This record gives sequence, structure tokens and C-alpha cells, in this order.
Amino acid sequence: MIPAPVVALLYLVASVLFIVGLRRLGSPATARRGNAISGVGMLIAVVVTLFDRAIVSYGTIAAGLLVGSALGIWMARAVKMTAMPQMVALLNGFGGGASLLVSGAEFLRAELVGDQVPVDTGITIQLGILIGAVTLTGSVVAYTKLQELLSGRPLVFAGQKAVNALLFVAIVALSVYQLATPDPLLWPFYAVCALSLLLGVLLVLPIGGADMPVVISLLNSYSGIAAAMTGFVIGNSVLIIAGALVGSSGIILSQIMCRAMNRSLANVLFGAFGAQGAAGSTRSAAGLTVRSVTAEDAALRLAYAQRVIIVPGYGMAVAQSQHAVRELAEQIEKRGGEVKYAIHPVAGRMPGHMNVLLAEANVPYDRLYDMEEINGEFAGADVALVIGANDVVNPAARTDPASPIYGMPILNVDQAQSVIVLKRGMSPGFAGIENDLFYHEKTSMLFGDAKASLTKLVAEVKGV
Amino acid sequence: MSGDLVTGIVIFTLATYLGVMLIQRVPPTLHTPLMSGANAVSGITVVGALVVAGAGHGWISTVLGFLAIVFAMMNVAGGYVVTDRMLEMFKQSPTGAAPQERAEAGTGGDGKRP
Repeated sequence: MIPAPVVALLYLVASVLFIVGLRRLGSPATARRGNAISGVGMLIAVVVTLFDRAIVSYGTIAAGLLVGSALGIWMARAVKMTAMPQMVALLNGFGGGASLLVSGAEFLRAELVGDQVPVDTGITIQLGILIGAVTLTGSVVAYTKLQELLSGRPLVFAGQKAVNALLFVAIVALSVYQLATPDPLLWPFYAVCALSLLLGVLLVLPIGGADMPVVISLLNSYSGIAAAMTGFVIGNSVLIIAGALVGSSGIILSQIMCRAMNRSLANVLFGAFGAQGAAGSTRSAAGLTVRSVTAEDAALRLAYAQRVIIVPGYGMAVAQSQHAVRELAEQIEKRGGEVKYAIHPVAGRMPGHMNVLLAEANVPYDRLYDMEEINGEFAGADVALVIGANDVVNPAARTDPASPIYGMPILNVDQAQSVIVLKRGMSPGFAGIENDLFYHEKTSMLFGDAKASLTKLVAEVKGV
Repeated sequence: MSGDLVTGIVIFTLATYLGVMLIQRVPPTLHTPLMSGANAVSGITVVGALVVAGAGHGWISTVLGFLAIVFAMMNVAGGYVVTDRMLEMFKQSPTGAAPQERAEAGTGGDGKRP
């Protein structure tokens, strides 16, 4: 039993710790401490709540805290770094689900007791249910796509947008009816829950695998906004503050991703990008030849290169080849060459995914360069080594106005003295677009599994 | 509109602005841990879940509250632990022999080399 003003002040302390923690996440040197500080804020918020007056039974709470923590820690320990996008998608979903449950429980409690809920609380309850439910099912669909339980291709059907719009209108209408009717009705509540859950599924289904970085960022934002709505429902400012912080972080990241693809958020969400494949482009691969190269020849070129820029893409993650990449870089450096890594903002399936994978393989973060930092350096590079990246190095983005990715900022790999591309086969990338770079006269293709190719390259460079 | 709601909206607006300011400073290399770390913060819903589950409002509230606690705690514990796992891996060049000094601002990091 703590006096109410003290409780409020302790919640304020927790909020400040969240802010300080986020601030420290702004630099690799302080980020780990920042995360811990934010964690302390969370601990304070939970403990304060436990001692707050409203709680009478601790059994359920203790069980819930234990089960949730154990499952969360187990997931966090077991997950592979390559599967981080799925993990974050799931975590978003849990956050949204929790907000849905809290808002729903508050509604049911008031209805069953016969409390008259004030209109403003009623509105935030409905919003909490809507956003929480969309976050929950949307995240689950994103997870199944990333985990490849479901095709990464956009799933579209005729009238999809109309159905979504209709669903949304129905949810709003039911919510308004619920708020307006004096009778203690439960069916509009259940209908709003069900339709909101359905809406989450339908919103994410038409979004393709290559656009997942945006979707995950956006769902991250939703989970924050849902938490803030819950804060309005129970009248707690720490939820509002923390939720708003997360909400804005997700929005900013989505914007960064969209800018990196030169597309609007609306186009990403409703454009079903990649559904028609290369239909928009007039170019085809017919008549063009591909120069394939052996690992021996490629290794020779790498061994004598002064400046090498490595361009990792999702293919590196799929082949789990980040450790082999680092070994190859070490061999090149041993021979006096210089190796840098060029990271496109949307390489991989979530923002910063490549950086985490390379960090896992012990590549120092000061060797990783953003697109703007490194694009001027490709012209001076002897070899650009592209590992499982495709659309982010496609020169058509600069040259072919008919290409679906025209206007997207890309890494200037084609300006390097020579290019080696590690690729499984000639299949087009996620966007389904042919890549002129692979047919360019200074490009050599080294076909095969990225990890196997890299291991061969390491051995060959060692032997030179 | 009640005063509480207005206060809440004020807090929400200011916190959103603060969030935008903070997040814009985060370098791209940290975007994944940023997202999972922010994710853990959104598990703050656990506070609401605790109130719902423990207030003794009948079995429906208790069951829903229990589930909400489990969900939120998975978000919290999973988010913080996985973020820590990632951040632990971010290291600078041991010798400080980075290919070349990066004069550009805004790449994050304190830019110091040993």
C-alpha cells in the first residue's frame, strides 16, 4: 500500500528511465547499458503496480508473470539471429494481444457489473480492441510469411481493398452503436473483436516478403499505440508515455524503409508489390549472356584486390553464411587488402538485419557502411562482392523508367572495377524483376549455395 | 471530454514528439535492436494486465488478465533478453584499425577510437 502520489511519481521515474534507455540506444557504445536502464524502468513499473491498492489476489499474477517470463526468455535465448524478423513480429503480436485482452477485460467488467462507462473511456476501449487485435493477427500473418509457412508472395483477391474498407466501416459502426446504446449488449463487442482480428489478417496478406521490413516497423508502432490506448483506458500515464515512444519509433522506421525504396507507405501497404512480377518492365533476359566464374578464378581476383566492398543481402542470411563472409574478409585483409561492407537500408527482412548478422560473426560495426556513406567509394573498389543481394543492386532502378523499382536508391555496385555475384541460380529477386547487373560485362557469377561458395573462396585465397 | 482525457492526450502528444526526436538519432546499424528494445517497452501493457487480473472483478477478468500478463511478459522478457543478446555482439575493431576514419557525423557511435 503506497500513497497515490508516490505511485504516480514512481511511474514517472519508470517513464524517464525508458526515455534515457532509448536515448542510449542511439550509439553502439552505450546501447547495451541503455537497454538495461529501460529494463530497470519496466521492473519499477511492475513492482509499483504490484503494491498498488487495486490488487487483491496475487496467485494468478505470480503464475502469469512466471509463465510469461519463462516463455519469453526461452524464445529470446533459442532464436537464431537469422530468424530475428520473425521473432520481432511475434513479440509485436504478443504486445498487441495483451492490449486487446486488457481493453476487452475492462469492457466486460464494466458491462457485467452494470457500470456506466464514460464515453471517452468507451472510445479508448474500442480503439484498444481494434488496434490490439489488428496488431495481434497482422503480426501472426507476418510471422508465418517470414517463417515461410505461408508464401512470401502477396496474396491478393478481387475486391480485397473494398472488403477491408467495408470491414473497417463495420467495426466503426458497431463501436459507435455499442457506445450509444444504453443496454448492456455483448454481441457488438464480440463482433468488433472478431472483425478486428479478421482485418489484421487481411491487411498483411497482400504484402510481399520484400516489404516485410516496413510491415514489421509498422506493427511495432501499432503495438505501442495499442499500449498507449490501454493507458487511456486504465488512466495510467506510464502506459501512455511508453506506448507513444514505441509508436513513434515504429512510424519513423517505416518512413526510413519507405524512403529507401522510394515508395509511399500507402503503396507498400496496398500496392501488393511483386504480385505481377516483371509485367511492368519491358526488358527481358533473352539474348543476354551470363559470365559464370569458378571459385579458383574468383579467389585469385579477391586475393590480389586492394579494395573490396562486400554487399550482403537476404541470401547471406538464408545460407547462414555470415561467419564464412568474415573469414573471407580476414583472409583478404591478411594479404593487405581492405574490406568494407555496404549495407542497404532494406537489405534483409527487417531494418538493420544485416548489421546484426555480421555483428554475430564478429565483424566490427565500424566496418559496416550505410548506403550514403559508401556509394561514392564503389568506383574506387577493385572488386564488389555481392552475396545474396539482388534488387538493392539492380541498376534498372536508375536507368529503366519502366521497372517497378525505378527511382529506388541502390548501391552503386555497377561502378566497381569488377563485380562478383554469389547466387544460387538465376531466379529473380523478391520483387520478381530481372537484374541487368548479372549480365554486365564486368560481372562474374559464382553459382551455388553462398556458404559453400564462400568456404571454397576462403580455402582458395589461403592457398594463393 | 473529461480532464483526464485531455491530460492523457497532452502526455501522448509530447511523448510522441520526444520519441521522434530520440529515434531519429539512432544509426541504421542499430535499427534491429532498437526495434526489439522498443518492443520490450511496449510490453508496459503488463501494468494494465496486472490491475485487471488482480483486482478481483470475477473470473472472466481474472482469466483474461492472466492471459494478458502472460502475453505482455513474453513481450517484456523476450524483448529485453533478445536485445541484450544482440547488443552484446556489437563490437568495434579491436585494434582500432578501421579501414579509414569516418569523418561524417550522424553515423552514430561516439566515433572515438582507441
